[in-house]
Amino acid sequence: MLRDITLGQYYQADSVIHRLDPRVKLVATMIFIVSLFIADNFMGYLWGGLCLFCVIRLSKVPFRFMVKGMKAMTVLLVVAVVFNLFLTPGEPVLSFWRLTVTGEGIRLALMMAVRLVFLIIGSSVMTLTTTPNHLTDGLEKLMGPLRVLHVPVHEVAMMMAIALRFIPILLEETDKIMKAQIARGADFESGNLLRKVRAMVPLLVPLFISAFRRANDLAMAMEARCYRGGEYRTRMKPLVYHRRDRIAYGITLIYLTACICFGRIFS
Amino acid sequence: MAIILDHVGYVYEKGTAMETCALKDISLVIPDGQFIGLIGHTGSGKSTLVQLLNGLAQPVSGTIYYNGEDINEPGYNKKKLRSQVGLVFQYPEHQLFEADVFSDVCFGPRNMGLDRKESELRAYTALKQVGLEDEYFYQSPFDLSGGQKRRVAIAGVLAMRPEVLILDEPTAGLDPKGRNEVLDLIASLREATGMTVILVSHSMEDVAKYVERIIVMNGGSVMQDDEPRRVFAHYEELERIGLAAPQVTYIMQELKKRGVPVRTDAITIEEARDEILRALGQQRPHG
Repeated sequence: MLRDITLGQYYQADSVIHRLDPRVKLVATMIFIVSLFIADNFMGYLWGGLCLFCVIRLSKVPFRFMVKGMKAMTVLLVVAVVFNLFLTPGEPVLSFWRLTVTGEGIRLALMMAVRLVFLIIGSSVMTLTTTPNHLTDGLEKLMGPLRVLHVPVHEVAMMMAIALRFIPILLEETDKIMKAQIARGADFESGNLLRKVRAMVPLLVPLFISAFRRANDLAMAMEARCYRGGEYRTRMKPLVYHRRDRIAYGITLIYLTACICFGRIFS
Repeated sequence: MAIILDHVGYVYEKGTAMETCALKDISLVIPDGQFIGLIGHTGSGKSTLVQLLNGLAQPVSGTIYYNGEDINEPGYNKKKLRSQVGLVFQYPEHQLFEADVFSDVCFGPRNMGLDRKESELRAYTALKQVGLEDEYFYQSPFDLSGGQKRRVAIAGVLAMRPEVLILDEPTAGLDPKGRNEVLDLIASLREATGMTVILVSHSMEDVAKYVERIIVMNGGSVMQDDEPRRVFAHYEELERIGLAAPQVTYIMQELKKRGVPVRTDAITIEEARDEILRALGQQRPHG
């Protein structure tokens, strides 16, 4: 049940997408998300969907994994769709009780749904094909210029890397604690909201204690190896652009241009 | 009345790329009151097996019976099962959460729906059973030593008065003194209550002198299931799967190889001493 969260979970495979430089993937994902908001007609989404589909096929990650990440977002999706459907002013199409559905509402709701689904799947492709370490390396490099403005780029990247690294560990820990408490008769499922919240205490207390202990151990281990962030720090595997990365940048650019053109032509 | 496993199989992460077979076709009968050592290397499936026994995980194939009833039948009362088949997990840190030791031990009985008085009585008895001094009762469980935490965790399960007590690596991370104390405690508990006890461990040394039956797991299946002495006779096979027989077994085997006529099935140091003395005593007339 807890393992359904795909975001931040790497899927091991050998594909072109996996081998791409993380910076390329970050920039491409960002452009993809922007393109979803530029597009305002269905041709644009069709084009986006087609490209997304091709990338997924190239990445060799089973489609099931992308969809898995969406389960957690279902509520958000439903809320967005329902609000758009009923609260958009315009020509009424359907009307019952005190609710009216407008033509514009249907259009907006559909667009919103497609946008959100593409957005989640698009970013899942990135996290599924890039290890957390690579991802933060890429982010650090991309945000490098911000250092001039005294933004602690390295520290932020390090914190992100640690946070991402700890997600699976803490999930596993949660699973173990839950089992230990269920073995003592704890009940996490039945009862009303108040009872459910109270039932979380035996889970959260050991989890927090273990998280603090781990954080403490990690800090100690980093200090023992003389870690100090930022300035003058070299890397074992510096990021280098290859030919495939330049090609990928090119393709992304073509994609974006096409998106803008579609917007002009079909609107 | 017993636990019966009938061709039980279990698979992790079914239907994903990470699908792994954890248990293959396990059939076992665990009669009442037996003291069992469940031995296996990390990843041999021993922890999965014990989680199946109290319904924390459901087998993919096969059936598990407790007192003649299929525990994975839809209407079966799992909560009751869990109070009857008590499982103590490896790390006490995973279950201690209350502000003081006493309330923490009350958690199990309270979950069974017992009233406050009965729960407290059971908690008190359980804490006394594990030999924790009164002065610790109202301390935070997090201030206790490793061995004491382990005792509190065991008491937390004992307070439910289980018929079967399963302990998953109860000695992991303890120093030799703490380890012996916990093991002696388990043995005396079993003597006093007559419970069925299943001791999960990867160390033969730990269980050798206490248990009456050893089940050796390897790669998800039962490799050996016999009395300790007979299991240790296959010490070379045990070594092949990354386990070891108790050290006295090696001494006796080595002595025999060098021509001292000893029997090689001693388990404890005392037994080995007596056996060596006996063998040497017989030799004395020659020398």
